[in-house]
Amino acid sequence: MVRFEHVGLRYGTPAGSGQPGQGKPSLAPEVLRDLSFTLPQGSFHWLLGPSGAGKSSLLALMHLALRPSRGEVEILGHRLAGARRAALPALRRRIGVVYQDFRLLPHLSVFDNVALPMRVAGRPEAQLRADAAEMLRWAGLERKLTALPATLSGGEQQRVAIARAVVMRPALLVADEPTGNLDGPQARRVLALLQEMHRLGTTVVVATHAETLVAEHPGPALWLAEGRLVRHG
Amino acid sequence: MADGMGIPARQPAVPRLRRSRGRDPLGLRRALSDRLLPALVAAMALLAALALAGSRGAAELTARWEGGAAAAMTVQLPANAGAARLARGLAALEAMPEVTRAQPMDQARMAALLRPWLGEAPAMALPVVIELQLAGLPVAPEALARRIAAAVPGASVESHGVWVARLVALARSLQAVALAALALVAGIAAAVVAVAVRAGIAARREAIAILHDLGATDADIAGRFAQRAGWLVAAGAAAGTLLAVPVLAGFADLAAPLLGGQPAESMLDWPWTSLPWEALAPLPLLAAGLGWLTAQVTVRRWLRRLP
Repeated sequence: MVRFEHVGLRYGTPAGSGQPGQGKPSLAPEVLRDLSFTLPQGSFHWLLGPSGAGKSSLLALMHLALRPSRGEVEILGHRLAGARRAALPALRRRIGVVYQDFRLLPHLSVFDNVALPMRVAGRPEAQLRADAAEMLRWAGLERKLTALPATLSGGEQQRVAIARAVVMRPALLVADEPTGNLDGPQARRVLALLQEMHRLGTTVVVATHAETLVAEHPGPALWLAEGRLVRHG
Repeated sequence: MADGMGIPARQPAVPRLRRSRGRDPLGLRRALSDRLLPALVAAMALLAALALAGSRGAAELTARWEGGAAAAMTVQLPANAGAARLARGLAALEAMPEVTRAQPMDQARMAALLRPWLGEAPAMALPVVIELQLAGLPVAPEALARRIAAAVPGASVESHGVWVARLVALARSLQAVALAALALVAGIAAAVVAVAVRAGIAARREAIAILHDLGATDADIAGRFAQRAGWLVAAGAAAGTLLAVPVLAGFADLAAPLLGGQPAESMLDWPWTSLPWEALAPLPLLAAGLGWLTAQVTVRRWLRRLP
């Protein structure tokens, strides 16, 4: 389950601080304002809204790349307010993330990129080899095990990124514009992989601009505008 | 993973991969070069080995001088001093707390010592000489000489210990300077490692962020840097220490006459075994520990900026 309650987020330090003669320093504007919603475990949600609405920031809060400036965030049963920093890595291992720009490690092979979360988690080498190879077969990349990311197409790189995101069977999977750089057939294939994870019980949140994709796969959505949640359902 | 995911049944045969870089996900083999850092550390280790050996050599000289010539003095009485005066003098000297032993020098031995300069001169009256063994190097040898002269009227004191004391003070200063140089070298080495690690962090910022997002702990990320830095520093320090060995052996050969030995005729005869091996051998290990610790601190401090 993902629960947000009156959550606000602002970046950086207070604007104008340290400048004499300006009185009380003004704070940087909030990029997310007073968000409150709950995503049940095992649900699939689109995250929609125009550019700059705060979709990426909201996803960053969900996968613990940011911490809220105010309000309460609960991810997979863990409240983040007051959570020790040392406790977050274990929670991050239960969250899969797919980025628009893939964020694969360029010096690692496809296999090693997918095996990376298991190595981070300390999985024995003998065990992870079979799992990573199996995941790449699932993503249709069994012939690309030793390839470097730079030699793959955009769609293939995104499928590697998805394989990396789901190889640990995350309880929460967030995807930030996962089809943004892909053509129609590639985008549909990527989405099919995400929906398959949803069918297996993973909570999935996909931020997108692709209206046609949403129309083809209607489902509950969170609409953001100027950092506020304007519709949920 | 296979069940329920529409994945083909598990096939145990995984294609054989090329030599995997998976155990180096941060690409530290390239980000922390195995050339510049070990070379700089090797130079530091060479200096450290020289400083260390210098410190040990100075300490050895100090101990030798303290326990030898500096702790001995001679007191001369006129040639006509009778046995009674000699006995009173000996009693007065032995009563002094600084003196552990006072013994008159045998006249035959003194004649033998003087023979190279005076030849056979049996008629010459030789002074009565008392050899003193002191408890230790006097803090103020001139003051002690004056007190001895006052305790034994008419006696003159050979205070060559003054010069030895000054030499000992000089050796102690050299020892302190060597230790300070050693600390300075260690500090510079730590700074070099920190700079190299920061450059590595800058080069792998994106990879670090990805690992962090995947759930890597600070200890894991810092440990990868520290392990790489530790190995590189150990290799560099081992090379630097090895380079220092022949230099130190050469110095030891030059210093041999000061320690009662003779200079060697060839390099093979240099005093290799007399080098401070017990101090040199752990140098690469200590340097590796310093590099490991520096990398840990540097990376962990940087990681604190991540959520």
